[in-house]
Amino acid sequence: MYIAVALALVVTMGLALIRALLGPSVYDRVLAVNMMGTKTVLLLSVITFAFGRPDFLDLALAYALINFIGVLAVLEFFRKRSELDPENNDEGTQ
Amino acid sequence: MQMGVDILSWLLLTCGGLFVLVGGIGALRMPDLYTRMHAASVTDGIAPILIVGGLILQAGITLASIKLAAILIFLLLTGPAASNALASAAVLSGHRPGNASEMSAEEEA
Amino acid sequence: MSAVFGIFLLTLMLITAIAVVRTRNLFVATTLMGIFSLLLASNFFLLDAADVALTEAAVGAGISTVLFLSALSLTAEQEKPGHRGRLVALAVVLVTTLALLHATLDSPLLGDINAPVHQHVAPWYIDNTPLAIDVPNVVTAVLASFRGFDTLGEVFVVFTAGIGVMFLLAHYPQKPPHQPHHGLRHYLIQRLVGRTVIPFILLFGFYVQFHGDFGPGGGFQAGTLIAAGIILFALLEGPNSAIKVIPSGVLKGMVAGGALLYGGVGVATMLLGGTFLDYSVLSSDPVAGQHLGILLIELGVGITVTGVLLSIFFAFASRKHF
Repeated sequence: MYIAVALALVVTMGLALIRALLGPSVYDRVLAVNMMGTKTVLLLSVITFAFGRPDFLDLALAYALINFIGVLAVLEFFRKRSELDPENNDEGTQ
Repeated sequence: MQMGVDILSWLLLTCGGLFVLVGGIGALRMPDLYTRMHAASVTDGIAPILIVGGLILQAGITLASIKLAAILIFLLLTGPAASNALASAAVLSGHRPGNASEMSAEEEA
Repeated sequence: MSAVFGIFLLTLMLITAIAVVRTRNLFVATTLMGIFSLLLASNFFLLDAADVALTEAAVGAGISTVLFLSALSLTAEQEKPGHRGRLVALAVVLVTTLALLHATLDSPLLGDINAPVHQHVAPWYIDNTPLAIDVPNVVTAVLASFRGFDTLGEVFVVFTAGIGVMFLLAHYPQKPPHQPHHGLRHYLIQRLVGRTVIPFILLFGFYVQFHGDFGPGGGFQAGTLIAAGIILFALLEGPNSAIKVIPSGVLKGMVAGGALLYGGVGVATMLLGGTFLDYSVLSSDPVAGQHLGILLIELGVGITVTGVLLSIFFAFASRKHF
């Protein structure tokens, strides 16, 4: 019963990876990382129930808290760069 | 009673899985960065509710349910803020919506 | 069934690794490394290694991304082209890989019941942990007590990395003349959500620190989580406010103090009549002595890891330019 949901989650992680590889700008890739983060939390929760070990939920909880910091670091990076260098253009193509 | 709870949780989990897949396909197929963000963040809002709701029904009233509820609350709290942060970063760097060159590149792909 | 998931995740990891090597843009490489860490953590979880999965998720996808981005904000974004001798490097790597693959042909299959590690090593630890140490989490028992000397070496490695970075880069911010470094103070949504979440991150960090005897957890994971909470505060309010919260003196004390605590426990056990890091002599009841010893050294590990990660972050983030 949990296998179907886990399969959907893992397939979506693959789709997000394709977006991370393809995405023309860096923001597409950061979007893919963020998506993959939330899918990882859900996958960990579902698999703890599939394996029957409820004390592994600590991992999912830890990751749900930490996922936020990466995107904020990206925002801080661009804010700092736009502060130092006002005439920037959209970089991030490969 | 137990059978009803099982069927309901199975239904919730399946719908959650469908929304997850829809979000993934949307992030891949949408033409522009902002539309992709929209697909990803909206489904990231509904899918945890359905999936974690289904798992809570399976767990009953135990410590695991409280941890699952905490996971749900934190996902719902930080998800939209993260999407907002990403969109702010994109606008800050001058990435305008509806980039014509990007659209033609997508059509070629 | 978990084998199918494992193979799928490993294939995704392989694709990500190739993409990381092939890209020229370091920002893209950083985000792809975040994805790699997430896939690796999921893989560890499928293999039932919960402690390692927790550490990998917290360190790889959380802290590493932030530290790399702080470093990237000081340097250029594109990798410099022109590497000579790449064919030589490729040849060396290929030869080493083939040698390693040939070596693994002799070792037993994963999970084979007749392998020596399952016949002799694992049963010894599983049988002796309830007798000697009596904690439910055998991983913590092995890490902290049976192989405690090894963990002492790990703490010293973390400590050395911290002082290495501090030698190269440390520069605590003075008050800039007319443009103070505000962080994300003007982004109200992120600031509100971040401030709501920070107490829970810190609380969860302390929970993981002290719960490590019973479930996945321990000093390394807890140090990373607490450092992540304080780094979140520093991102939201600016490094200047964060330095006021944890002054640089306290930070240096934490970096050295954790390792000192761990080594101190070892010296104390020697003074009390046992061997180095033999916790049984710390109390009249050997099992209680083991519990006390594990508590103290995990505390030492957590303090050092928190201090080192915060020092590295402040060393990068408080500079305006390299």
